[in-house]
Amino acid sequence: MEKVAAPATPSVKQVPAGGHSARTHRSAAEVVASPEFKALVKRRWSISLLLLTLLFVSYYGFILLVAGDKAFVSQMVAENTPLAIPIGVGVIVFAWLLTALYVAWANRSYDPEVERLKGELRR
Amino acid sequence: MQSSLGSPTASSILFFFLIVALTLVVTYWAARRTKTSSEFYAAGRSVSAAQNGLALAGDYMSAASFLGISGMVALQGYDGMIYATGWLVGWPALMFLVAEPLRNLGKFTFADVVAFRLQQRPVRIAAAVGGILTVLFYTIAQMVGSGQLIKLMFGIPYEWAEIIVGSVMLAYVLFGGMLATTWVQIIKAVLLLFGVTILTVLVLSKFGWSPANLYGAVSAKYGKAALVPGGFVSSPLEAVSLGLALMFGLLGLPHILMRFYTVPDAKAARKSVLYATGLIGYFYVIIPIVGFGAAVLVGRDLVNKIAPGGNMAAPLLAELLGGQAFLGFISAVAFATILAVVAGLTLAGASAFSHDIYMSVIKRGKASEEAQLKVARIATIVFGVCAIGLGIAFKGQNVAFMVGLAFAIAASANFPALLMSIVWKKFSTQGAVWSILVGAVSSLGMIVLSPTVWVSIFKFEKAIFPMKNPAIWSMTLAFAVGIVVSLLTPEPRAQEMFEEEKLRTYLGVGAE
Repeated sequence: MEKVAAPATPSVKQVPAGGHSARTHRSAAEVVASPEFKALVKRRWSISLLLLTLLFVSYYGFILLVAGDKAFVSQMVAENTPLAIPIGVGVIVFAWLLTALYVAWANRSYDPEVERLKGELRR
Repeated sequence: MQSSLGSPTASSILFFFLIVALTLVVTYWAARRTKTSSEFYAAGRSVSAAQNGLALAGDYMSAASFLGISGMVALQGYDGMIYATGWLVGWPALMFLVAEPLRNLGKFTFADVVAFRLQQRPVRIAAAVGGILTVLFYTIAQMVGSGQLIKLMFGIPYEWAEIIVGSVMLAYVLFGGMLATTWVQIIKAVLLLFGVTILTVLVLSKFGWSPANLYGAVSAKYGKAALVPGGFVSSPLEAVSLGLALMFGLLGLPHILMRFYTVPDAKAARKSVLYATGLIGYFYVIIPIVGFGAAVLVGRDLVNKIAPGGNMAAPLLAELLGGQAFLGFISAVAFATILAVVAGLTLAGASAFSHDIYMSVIKRGKASEEAQLKVARIATIVFGVCAIGLGIAFKGQNVAFMVGLAFAIAASANFPALLMSIVWKKFSTQGAVWSILVGAVSSLGMIVLSPTVWVSIFKFEKAIFPMKNPAIWSMTLAFAVGIVVSLLTPEPRAQEMFEEEKLRTYLGVGAE
């Protein structure tokens, strides 16, 4: 991390919301070393790992449950329907919801920050 | 019930020719737009997120998932559903871990990403080995399966089926490159989803539009055991290991990863995963209804008699509920499914040869556009001819384990190196090479020594390696070797580049 050329990030003026005017230009190394960029990368992986953890818990939890407690998943929860069926479908639906959550987060929060940082790059 | 399966009927031939004609027209159109290597490998990065989502679904939903899972549910009940969930859960993991960095860092293959800041030649060779092994085993399984299926459905001799699949698929890839392959996969995904939806609706219409009535009929006929987990997950360690291979194998499948280079940017890559996950998830949620429907309406005895293992459950159900015309349609869809998957595999196999080995290792990145395109097409022909030859060579062999093998190698050889190259600053050339080779050799070795091959195929008394699914060990081993070797062989230049590459990884600055 110390290998980056610019020693310290000069304080950066924030771009006014929606405005293009007072944009501070920085070099690639300065952007990479900036606290905003580091925070962005950190947030991206925090979200990813949180969602991945939820995926792991749901899927491997499901596998271990159907392997370990057959009596529990065999109990009827609706007419002719053992618990195993809705939780199997639930794992699939939940997995899709997790991807939807990630996309919603990235569209709302990640992309605007990416555009802002790209705008600051000196060309 | 009398079935016309196995003899070519007017409707099956009609739908078959319609699909082949449509896809060849698309290929002709695509061929005129395929003049550069970027167009050949990546469709000129012109594919939209929704199109790529459909194409990813078309690339992934193989005949094994359509015919295999519906058959498994028909014969074994709920266990088929457990299997289906495993095929889906890799998609969110693909999104969270690799989709966007992969798109930003690479050009045509996943090896681009692994080799990005490391020494090109050794890493490219190792990554090409992992990639080609994965694609090769997957292709053999697809080709052998397709020969058997086409023989069952159309009555065409096995060898001819191999040659037809191989030649039609070669026409797509050779002339139309990635653009034609993409559209073949889109057409196939739409037809398959449409066909399975119609089957599901027809089944539910027989049971008062209530899945509960269907489950009731299943348990009245086969007992409640058909609706609850059976022997499939008797060993939790085995089940988790299979789950790991299915989940992380997806993140190392070269033909899937390659699709992310066809979209304009990382944002489109991300959206395409959401579309693909939705489409594939929908498919796996409704396919058990088809399987249960076949169990009740067609009956397990007939399903098992026509094709042991149950592969013909869905086509038999289609004939019962929709007559010969619908059977013809479903058979043609199964055929299109095989074509689309094999075309994607061929493109991925050819790109590992031509882009990673020829262009980057032999020519050291310096070759003209014409030369690159020529080599890509030669590699396509070589791979296609190999696919046909191997398909014929493995006739009558039990190759079902090869899909599992492909996933195990993908999860153990390709995925650890890909992930470490994206997230770990200290990953080194030696670390990458040894991680890939150890992952490939250990997963291959453990499967050969496992009950699946050592006992079932080589007919030895007792397996040397006790588990059927080695991914939990081979993947861990590949990560461990990658980490230890990287720490022993520090590469200062690669570590410096890691900081610079972040701009491209996370902001997409300088991405192809």
